[in-house]
Amino acid sequence: MRAHDRRALGVLCILGVVAAVSCVCFMVLGVKAGWGFILTFRGTKLLALVVVAYSIAVSTVLFQTVTNNRILTPSIMGFDALFVLIQTLVVFFLGSVALVSVDPVPKFLAEVVVMTAFAAVLFRWLFLGAERSLHLMVLVGIVFGILFRNLSAFMARLLDPNEQVSLQDALFASFNQIDATLLWVSCVIVAAVSLLGLRLVRRLDVLMLGRAQAVSLGVDYRRTVAMILAVVAVLVAVSTALVGPITFFGLLVVSLAHLMVGSGRHVWVLPASVLLGIICLVGGQTVLERVFAFNTALAIVIEFLGGLMFIALLMKGAARR
Amino acid sequence: MIVIEGLRKAYGSTPVVDGVSLRIPASGITSIIGPNGAGKSTLLSIMARLMEADGGTVIVDELDVTRTKTDLLARRLSILRQENHISSRLTVRDLVGFGRYPHSKGRLTPEDAGHIDRAIDYLHLGDLADRFLDELSGGQRQRAHIAMVLCQDTDYVLLDEPLNNLDMRHARGMMQLLRRAADELGKTIVLVMHDINFASWYSDGIVAMKAGRVVHHGAPDAIIRPEVLSAIYDMPIAVQDVAGKRIALYYE
Ligand SMILES: Nc1ncnc2c1ncn2[C@@H]1O[C@H](COP(=O)(O)OP(=O)(O)O)[C@@H](O)[C@H]1O
Ligand SMILES: [Mg+2]
Repeated sequence: MRAHDRRALGVLCILGVVAAVSCVCFMVLGVKAGWGFILTFRGTKLLALVVVAYSIAVSTVLFQTVTNNRILTPSIMGFDALFVLIQTLVVFFLGSVALVSVDPVPKFLAEVVVMTAFAAVLFRWLFLGAERSLHLMVLVGIVFGILFRNLSAFMARLLDPNEQVSLQDALFASFNQIDATLLWVSCVIVAAVSLLGLRLVRRLDVLMLGRAQAVSLGVDYRRTVAMILAVVAVLVAVSTALVGPITFFGLLVVSLAHLMVGSGRHVWVLPASVLLGIICLVGGQTVLERVFAFNTALAIVIEFLGGLMFIALLMKGAARR
Repeated sequence: MIVIEGLRKAYGSTPVVDGVSLRIPASGITSIIGPNGAGKSTLLSIMARLMEADGGTVIVDELDVTRTKTDLLARRLSILRQENHISSRLTVRDLVGFGRYPHSKGRLTPEDAGHIDRAIDYLHLGDLADRFLDELSGGQRQRAHIAMVLCQDTDYVLLDEPLNNLDMRHARGMMQLLRRAADELGKTIVLVMHDINFASWYSDGIVAMKAGRVVHHGAPDAIIRPEVLSAIYDMPIAVQDVAGKRIALYYE
């Protein structure tokens, strides 16, 4: 085994241990009474956090590989904002009754399908046409994000106050109110797309070389990229449905993963990103909730750190040019 | 043999490849020369199905490049483009290993490992094999990319300005290596060259392009002539015979 691989493997082992410790602490710290109830309650929440961490980390890595850049992520491109927009549209045209009274599982599935279809069209237009410059894509992404968010906010304003309240949940990231009914559906969906993704995993490394080199090595580029983008869209939809949009989380964990493992190969970066995601969410929630007794701050802390990372990457990119 | 028939490509209303028809014989080195913007890179990209033409065909050994399955073609024809941007960190050995992807789809066999070691050896990358690409000089990185293409072990090899960034020793070593690949293994090698003297010394045939058209195609003797070169490059170029080869002098 070569030195770089040894280092990457060592990093993975350490991250694995830290992630496991975070999960255990999350489950057992500060349990006062009623172990049975607490463990089920916390277990559900833990599972949700892990699914979210996994979905965001994997979708971000895949997205960056396909677009051959290290700054853009699905959420920076405004695709979780798209999900919020869809939710708002549902309330706007069907009333909050639709959001609340319809069986959440079919509704969720429908949202995932609509979101995937929408994102697929947008992604294809952006990434399967001519090669575009990174700066243009950052701009397009920011414009899309602002457009989707403002459109949602505008329509929310037109709603009556009752309906607005039922929308709030969807508009802000929250790790405390996770819909347990959706959790099992999410697990099944995530497992299913992961199985599909597993078939593409060897092609991912080749895609890092860029479109031209991948084609010349015999990758059926359009098909492969379309499939990966579909996987990304589903994962984004799942994580956004569970906790709401978090703009910079994916960027934060994937950039850290790259820094820590050194090598850009997917065997290392994918698991490292997922483990870092779990550490951030589960460990962060444990520290804030159990140690400092804060309840809502995690999303803000993550956004702040992720935002700093985004600025640092942009400045580094600018310096290199 | 590569047969190109009526190839056209335009950006907007500006033709970049303008009705190119060409026959490149199998086994041997063919160099494409011509001023900047003549359409050499575009032609090479279209030949390797990296870019779509507006019209015309490219046939490599009876295979139409736009119709053949891309993974089948990847085992027959390889290309190195003029510029290669990789956003992630890879070692030289990782990169060279990708050359085996068309054959083993990412599961490297012992035979693949042999190919990789040999390619690394040929390009004198042994000491650098475990370095990351972003820790190399431009010339070292260029050699790593060429090692990857050679590792693909295809009958047809297209290289766009392979001598970019290489020092004299490595440039000569590269051309000798390509010459051996053509002579001993029967490879068909197509190069885009800026150093016309290297092209003259090592090629079997030279194709001269200007403004999207092929203006000359022949043996080095027929192309490396003062009147031909002066017309291609729009400047006076003298030619002398040195050790039985033709050398262009254009420094003053
Ligand atoms: N994406 C593009 N859009 C518009 N024009 C282009 C594009 N790419 C290349 N060109 C133009 O096509 C011409 C041929 O380019 P190229 O094939 O790279 O030339 P060469 O390799 O011979 O120097 C140039 O004039 C260049 O400006
Ligand atoms: Mg060129």
